[in-house]
Amino acid sequence: MGETPASPADTPLISARGISKSFAAIEVLRDVDLDLRRGEIHALLGENGAGKSTFAKILAGVHRPTRGTLRLNGDPVEIPNPIAAQRLGITLIHQEPISFPDLSVAENLVLGRTRGSPLGRVPWAQMTREARELVDLLGVRMDVTKPMRGLSIADQQMVEIARALASDSRLIIMDEPTAPLTPKEVDTLFGIARRLRDEGRTIVFISHRLEEVRVLCDRVTVFRDGNKIATEEIGKLTDADIIRLMIGRPLREYMHKSGAEIGEVALKVDGLTLPGTFRDISFEVRKGEIVGLGGLVGAGRTDVARAIFGVAPAASGMVSINGRAVSIREPSQAIALGLAYVSEDRAVSGIFRTLSVEENITAAIPRKIAPGGIIKGILEKALASESVRKLRIRLASLRQPIGELSGGNQQKAILARWLLTDPSVLILDEPTRGIDIGVKAEFYEMIGELAAGGRAILLISSELPELLALCDRVLVMSEGRLTANIARADATQEAIMSAAVPRSMQAVAA
Amino acid sequence: MNALRSILLRRETGIAVMIVLFVIAVGIAKPRFLSLEYLRIILLLTPLIMIGAMGQMLVLVARHVDLSIGSTQAFAAMVTAMMFKFHPEIPWYLGFLVSIGVGLGLGLVNGALTTLFRLPSIIVTLGTLNLYRGLTFIISDARQVDRQYIPSALKAMSTTSPILGIPWIIFMALGVAVLTYWFASHTRVGRQVFALGSNPVAAPLRGIRVNAVTLMVFSISGALAGLSGIMYASRWGFVNPSNTGAGFEFQVIAAVVIGGVSINGGVGSVLGVVLGVLLLGCVSAALPLLGIPGTAQSAIYGAVIIIALLIDRSVRQRGIAALAAQRARA
Amino acid sequence: MTDQTSTPTAVSALDAATPRPRWQVILIRPETMTFVLLVLAFVVSSSISPYFLDINYILSSFTLYAEFSIVALVLTMVIIAGEIDLSPAANMALSACLFAWTYQATQSMPLAIAVGLGAGLAMGAFNAVLVIGLQLPSIIVTIGTLTLYRGLAQIIAGDQSIRLPDYFIGINNDLWLGVPVPVILFLVVTIALAFFLGATIWGRQIYQIGTNEVAAQHAGIRARRIKFMLFLAMGFASAVAGMMTASRLGSVRYDLGLGGELQMVLMAMLGGTYIFGGRGTILGTFLAAWLLSVISTGMLTAQWLPATQLCVLGLLLIISIVATNLIYSRTQR
Repeated sequence: MGETPASPADTPLISARGISKSFAAIEVLRDVDLDLRRGEIHALLGENGAGKSTFAKILAGVHRPTRGTLRLNGDPVEIPNPIAAQRLGITLIHQEPISFPDLSVAENLVLGRTRGSPLGRVPWAQMTREARELVDLLGVRMDVTKPMRGLSIADQQMVEIARALASDSRLIIMDEPTAPLTPKEVDTLFGIARRLRDEGRTIVFISHRLEEVRVLCDRVTVFRDGNKIATEEIGKLTDADIIRLMIGRPLREYMHKSGAEIGEVALKVDGLTLPGTFRDISFEVRKGEIVGLGGLVGAGRTDVARAIFGVAPAASGMVSINGRAVSIREPSQAIALGLAYVSEDRAVSGIFRTLSVEENITAAIPRKIAPGGIIKGILEKALASESVRKLRIRLASLRQPIGELSGGNQQKAILARWLLTDPSVLILDEPTRGIDIGVKAEFYEMIGELAAGGRAILLISSELPELLALCDRVLVMSEGRLTANIARADATQEAIMSAAVPRSMQAVAA
Repeated sequence: MNALRSILLRRETGIAVMIVLFVIAVGIAKPRFLSLEYLRIILLLTPLIMIGAMGQMLVLVARHVDLSIGSTQAFAAMVTAMMFKFHPEIPWYLGFLVSIGVGLGLGLVNGALTTLFRLPSIIVTLGTLNLYRGLTFIISDARQVDRQYIPSALKAMSTTSPILGIPWIIFMALGVAVLTYWFASHTRVGRQVFALGSNPVAAPLRGIRVNAVTLMVFSISGALAGLSGIMYASRWGFVNPSNTGAGFEFQVIAAVVIGGVSINGGVGSVLGVVLGVLLLGCVSAALPLLGIPGTAQSAIYGAVIIIALLIDRSVRQRGIAALAAQRARA
Repeated sequence: MTDQTSTPTAVSALDAATPRPRWQVILIRPETMTFVLLVLAFVVSSSISPYFLDINYILSSFTLYAEFSIVALVLTMVIIAGEIDLSPAANMALSACLFAWTYQATQSMPLAIAVGLGAGLAMGAFNAVLVIGLQLPSIIVTIGTLTLYRGLAQIIAGDQSIRLPDYFIGINNDLWLGVPVPVILFLVVTIALAFFLGATIWGRQIYQIGTNEVAAQHAGIRARRIKFMLFLAMGFASAVAGMMTASRLGSVRYDLGLGGELQMVLMAMLGGTYIFGGRGTILGTFLAAWLLSVISTGMLTAQWLPATQLCVLGLLLIISIVATNLIYSRTQR
């Protein structure tokens, strides 16, 4: 799908043809053709694993395509590494900005950009002056002599943008930039993006948030399952259109909710507060119920889960399990009370990568596999095999290191770990993140079955379709507070989103 | 007013204040402490540690550690001393080249092992600490090189002085400090060391050649340890395979940690280290005056390291708490 | 949310790589390397000196290293759990000094032993409070405490040797079933700890903590408590080792066990313990202790200078970590 330029002025900044990328035997991008014009804000939309991030990283030199060509202003070009990308004028602003926290803002702006001999003088005065000018250009107030460490994420992003400007970048890629920002900061960011576009630069905005894309972007490209599905001007697509392009079929078809009998209150949270993170969180989850917890990243949902589970306890407030008030200061207490928490980032807080699948699955039930302190291999093997069978975990051997399993199977193993504790309350934090569509469906079925079995489930998710399909009720958090409690009948993407979006942003989104 | 406040809150000011308080406290008990004579004694205790601390600072800032400097000092000193002994015709100032060169070589080995094999520098230098000490014994046949073999011009560096009765050796140490300051704050590669230690993951993404910079800091540390070797010979007049450099690494680490250099890399100032060395020098000089046996020195250094760690941590905690409070209000 | 770079999602499902064949898992590991080196060392040493063919000679020469070896076994567990402790040798010296000084002052052996053990535990607890309680980095803390403890020993004992009563001396000469007592102790501790680490749930949790402490906490494993206990165990073991050394030497000086931390770390490393935590075995350290004993005794018999021996040890440490790292990085996926 090429666009033949009528004149040099119309030559796209970047022309990608047939870009494909595989990691080992797994293909994550297939034959992507895409043009990025000068002076536009272009959104890349798609679900987890759709390929939008991988494509952007190829442009930024982080990955190299296994097939396909790239042209910059009509000329073929290779982007072997991030430094080469920077020299070509392509900058990637990461979700978590990369910086040297102990060095000053001014130094961070300069480092790596200037050439010169190693023993050359560092022109401090000039550097500081230039840094101040750049920062003023962005309309941000910042002391450029202070170390980066003290800056908020928003300010760190600004510094990265300033870096991009300083090196005269013509293509600035922003990867999910608004996730940790307050509405005012998002405003500032969008204003700057628009100004950059008006100067003739190209901004690529990666997101899965429709409302922001609509506000900011000129054109949209939707990815799904490694393919580019469509590129279109934002005005010509409705939200329904976009969702359909992203998911591929109408929502109802592949997710359903099996009816479960809803019983007594299993988990009750009252006035939970951790200053600076969340405030006054109160809700209930009953047996057999699946309660969703939606919101933007940074709203504080994982913090609430960690507080309930005892990883990072709240400062005040009350938690009761099955009617009894409890005080949970560490996870082992939570587990003993019948709580389970499948954490958000399995690589960091879930799996023991180099240890066997078996050991990983039985990690939370020491007393069941080692009643007198001594591990009984037979018990362990039986429990682990049973879990593998029930959850259909695909592996070569129970003894192999869990790191060798695919993401979906790793997640299943973690779920198995928690199911073995026979919890009455199960908190799932983004359980289907980083998992492909087929396995997701399996997860949804399992979650439904767990509820039907009488367990109380709190499902933290950023994927609206997931929340809508699975949950009896959807709670929404925004900026550390609970902003909505929506029954299934009233739950729509708009309803959840408008509760999730911070107050002043709503005016912009309207 | 803000500028004054930020100066007062800085680490270096804190150390300076501690020095002043300590000196006053000891001076009240033993007024002899507040004399030019004792200033000289204090200063004479410091030059070797000062030089070693400069190298260690760069290594720590790069997020590594060099435990082998004591043994490097011994080996370099021994090589140089034996050269003087068996080849007295060689001009004494060439000894500097030899000492520094040997130290540089030993430092390169440390750096190579750390970068090539991706080994933790703490274990590598724990190994070379013993390896180099053993080599020192071997080349010297376990024997000391006595006073008569050390060139008198060299020894004079520690006794004669151009000004105020402060010996040349002190000026040399200060010169190294000044050079380190220039290197760390005003050269591109010096800033790269700080960047590397601050975020080793991001460093290659910003064009920093991690292996080259790491090799360099270990080489500098080794070279400076080597320099401290010949200065040991100058200061004490002999070189002994057991005593030379014994415990040197701990004294240097104590000074550097007091001086505010962070174990996690990225943070450190030459002024802070200089003040840290001075504080340690004051403490060491005060001990015999106060009647505390020299054997207590190790214990005190150990306690000092721990206290400095605790202070560092509480400062960092307060900083984090302040940041969190700020966010909560926002 | 964007996909993570580390685990790409499968568009076509290739769910797991084939695992390594079982024989590879059992044979290609650092302990095998240690075993091979041990055999080599025996061969070389016995060619240098026929004494090495006499089992009694081997056993009695091991008594010189038995104390460090016992502590090294506990240190192995500490390293597997993701921490390190460089203070045990200094702990040995200070406990022994306090023990000897108490005996000298009170002539009561039970009291002296209690003081010695108590001191060792207290030092272990001090380390634990700083590392676990205040969350300071264990490497620097234990460098600090090693200096502190050694220095305190120096203050207490000065430059003198404190002599011990005759009935206490010579534990290394006592035989039980023909084997020197220290060696028996070492064997007993090895078997006990190997069982503990390999077959009990707490042993497994130590591996889990060392592999991923955050994940361990989330799984309900009480990591802080376990690590605290490990530091206490180090303190206790150091105290026992210190008193054993005192018995062997006949008197106590402040420089007892000087340089011991290197030997202990060396034994752990030579035994295939991974410095970053999560891997290592008691068997490996056990073999490495014998290896070190054979090498050191061999060097002694060949009349190499203590200096040369020091060199060799330093060199060995470096080589052993290089090899261990290479093996572990090859088998990582």
